[in-house]
Amino acid sequence: MKLLYFAWIRTNLGVAEELLDVPSEIKDVEGLLEWLINRGESYKTVFSDLSLIRVAVNQEFVELDNAITKGDEIAFFPPVTGG
Amino acid sequence: MIRVQREDFDMGLELAKLTKNNHKVGGLTSFVGLVRDSAASETISSMTLEHYPGMTEKQLEHIESIAHQRWHLEASLIIHRYGKLDLGDQIVLVACASAHRGEAFEACHFLIDWLKTKAPFWKLEETASGSKWVEAIDADKDAAHRWSSE
Repeated sequence: MKLLYFAWIRTNLGVAEELLDVPSEIKDVEGLLEWLINRGESYKTVFSDLSLIRVAVNQEFVELDNAITKGDEIAFFPPVTGG
Repeated sequence: MIRVQREDFDMGLELAKLTKNNHKVGGLTSFVGLVRDSAASETISSMTLEHYPGMTEKQLEHIESIAHQRWHLEASLIIHRYGKLDLGDQIVLVACASAHRGEAFEACHFLIDWLKTKAPFWKLEETASGSKWVEAIDADKDAAHRWSSE
């Protein structure tokens, strides 16, 4: 699974992109977040308040209960501030 | 038409190109966003815009297609820059051409309001005390929401 991070999520994790072998029992974004949080302190800190996090699966905005599969591109970022 | 680019743009040239040889156009509206000097509490010196290549283009195309469904537009253009920008620099251009001013004004306003809450860009402001990611504000969310409740 390809994970992308943007803005302060990227700078706080110290990584922009990673390819991870996510266990097959993880079926949705929420499950992925729980799994990530258990990977280390930096993930735990970054994802401590999910109200600050927006998610896109294959470049479309989704909610936390959105299903995910192995080949997906999943991006985590704060609410957008362009324009 | 949408464009995501690091380079600056020439608004006059872009507007001229947008309506060239289309004599159905009776009104052309545009909005340009600029880098201003004041953040929430500090004076900013410059700004860096990050975006999500791929998703940005998709979102901008999607937003533009919604505008074309809602208003009778002859042409439209969104240019959004990324990378490091200085005070006074142009960030974004939205332009809409229509037979009449009403549709051109509304569509342009809609596009910039929606873009601010739906296009994956993030602003990092550089100040004397360091860099700070800009937080999304409710006013932008409310402005975008106004168009969905109509």
